[in-house]
Amino acid sequence: MTESGTAAGPAPVTEPGAVIETRGLTKRYRGGQLAVDGLDLGVPAGSVFGFLGPNGSGKTTTIRMLMGLIDPTSGTARILGHPMPGAARTVLPQVGALIEGPAPYGFLSGRDNLLRYDSADPTADPRTRRARVGQALDRVGLAAAAGKKARAYSLGMKQRLGLAAALLQPRRLLVLDEPTNGLDPQGMREIRTLVRELAADGTTVFLSSHLLDEIEQVCTHAAVMARGRLITQGPVAELAAGARGRLAVTTPDPGDAARILGGLGVTGIEVDGDRVSAEAPPGDVELADLSAALVHAGVRLRSFGVQRASLEDAFVALTGEGFDVAG
Amino acid sequence: MSRADAAVAGEERAPSPRRSLLWSLGILRSELTTTLRRWRTLALLGVLAAVPVLIGIAVRIETGHGSSPGPDGGGGGPAFLSQVTNNGLFLVFAALAVTLPVFLPMAVGVVAGDSVAGEASAGTLRYLLVAPAGRTRLLLTKYASVLVFCLVATLVVALSALAVGALLFPLGEVTTISGTRIGFGEGLLRAGLIAVVVAASLTGFAAIGLFVSTLTGSGIAAMAATVGLLITVQIMDGIPQLSALRPYLFPHYWMSYADLLRAPVYWDEVVRNLGLQGVYAAVFGSAAWARFTTKDITA
Ligand SMILES: Nc1ncnc2c1ncn2[C@@H]1O[C@H](COP(=O)(O)OP(=O)(O)OP(=O)(O)O)[C@@H](O)[C@H]1O
Ligand SMILES: [Mg+2]
Repeated sequence: MTESGTAAGPAPVTEPGAVIETRGLTKRYRGGQLAVDGLDLGVPAGSVFGFLGPNGSGKTTTIRMLMGLIDPTSGTARILGHPMPGAARTVLPQVGALIEGPAPYGFLSGRDNLLRYDSADPTADPRTRRARVGQALDRVGLAAAAGKKARAYSLGMKQRLGLAAALLQPRRLLVLDEPTNGLDPQGMREIRTLVRELAADGTTVFLSSHLLDEIEQVCTHAAVMARGRLITQGPVAELAAGARGRLAVTTPDPGDAARILGGLGVTGIEVDGDRVSAEAPPGDVELADLSAALVHAGVRLRSFGVQRASLEDAFVALTGEGFDVAG
Repeated sequence: MSRADAAVAGEERAPSPRRSLLWSLGILRSELTTTLRRWRTLALLGVLAAVPVLIGIAVRIETGHGSSPGPDGGGGGPAFLSQVTNNGLFLVFAALAVTLPVFLPMAVGVVAGDSVAGEASAGTLRYLLVAPAGRTRLLLTKYASVLVFCLVATLVVALSALAVGALLFPLGEVTTISGTRIGFGEGLLRAGLIAVVVAASLTGFAAIGLFVSTLTGSGIAAMAATVGLLITVQIMDGIPQLSALRPYLFPHYWMSYADLLRAPVYWDEVVRNLGLQGVYAAVFGSAAWARFTTKDITA
């Protein structure tokens, strides 16, 4: 107990209350593709955890390993303190999951789909099954279409049905792989509200997404993947703060403004109409000096300021390559 | 500490062992109703039900022309056909003789081949597994429901044949293959026994279908492979040069159910058939289990 702190090297940051905890989790598919490479993930209890990454960065592969659907090539994963896939029978009844899109039985109605998935869970009480299915359908707004064959559902309706399946029982953890995929704006808002409600009830939510602003809106924590590796993880506020904001100037004299800012050592200058933007200067540069220099040179200013970095800026800064698929 | 507390809180929901067993049957019921409500399953059963109707009508038309339906002694055509005009109950035996080589196992092959692979290609398998159905439990459920389908399919043929036989032909005492006569009631009992034995004859092949189904992520491919295998083995069983191999082929003793119509009943080949099916079920069931419990579910 006393000498544990002396080990060299940065130990993965995982709080004791971690709901999901992976150590060196690695998956190499049979074709040789290294999809996930030495992942050390720590998802704190009670968080809404955003799992970000470009297409093909290994998000779904990670989720499949967490759910025991595929075996890791090496490394370990623990969910709710139990090892996976070993403890799947104890762990999974407490976990609701949406993995790589919904998959209903087309020839069954929405309600019958949920009844089937619920009866597959040996810990689900058959006496309350119908009531719980009804509640889950209500919760995702599908009650009116519950009797319709799932084949006739739209993509968004199928997505809602998949979410309903994840909500059949009170869960301690929800794992949602791109939950708003295919939903209309109203549906997306409802899902965000639902996620916030669930989080308020104490459910930890782990959600992967491409939509950065979505993550920024609902998540308390986030991790960023690229090419199978974890680039960063932590509270969303810290991640966004890590990226420098952008200097934004609106002026009728953009050319002069760009020239003068460039002369003052400001980098990354872009001119777009009457807007000039640039990388925010380092902390030791007083912003007021910049605006004074502009005014002094006769540049008329409509607005001048630094915009807070968005998660997207942080993401681009971290991956360096934007949102392109890695080969 | 908090982790231990959390674990305890999670286990609270788990039911007691006895209740758990009862609750576990929910998945079997769900599997059966899902299988039997599918349009495809109903179409297969419909085709099976139609076979005795066609045979019955054909025999009736033949005899209507005043000619005998076939050479006496059943030398030509399917077994038992010649006796149908005297006793409608023989339509049950004749219909089973017609459907057992191909139609019945084909229907079983479709259902068994699709059982796991179909769920994989639809993507529903991953949701069953995270429910969590449990891989062993799900596989056992799948096999159990395929076995129930074997019985249902056989009974559909037998009952359809019995109904058509009763409608078109007289019923009465049954002349056994040995030449003795037994009452209609006992004949009916033997027909029931035969239906069960025929259904049991399909269990080995059902296990093969289940195994094939765990090998691929495509339901169509698994069905085609299973049915293709059936036809290949049936052809091999008909080649005399393979006589050393033939007794080990799963359909080799299928027709032995006719021995149940002897007086006294001749059990040797029936028992050999059931034993062979047991071996096939054990071997391919284990192979399916080994494959399915270690497989990466990526669909
Ligand atoms: N079954 C498979 N066999 C071989 N390689 C695979 C398989 N599934 C995924 N991959 C590869 O693994 C890598 C990670 O894929 P994964 O599906 O985990 O990405 P993702 O982050 O979920 O992408 P997306 O955002 O598009 O859903 C990709 O390069 C992909 O080509
Ligand atoms: Mg994905």
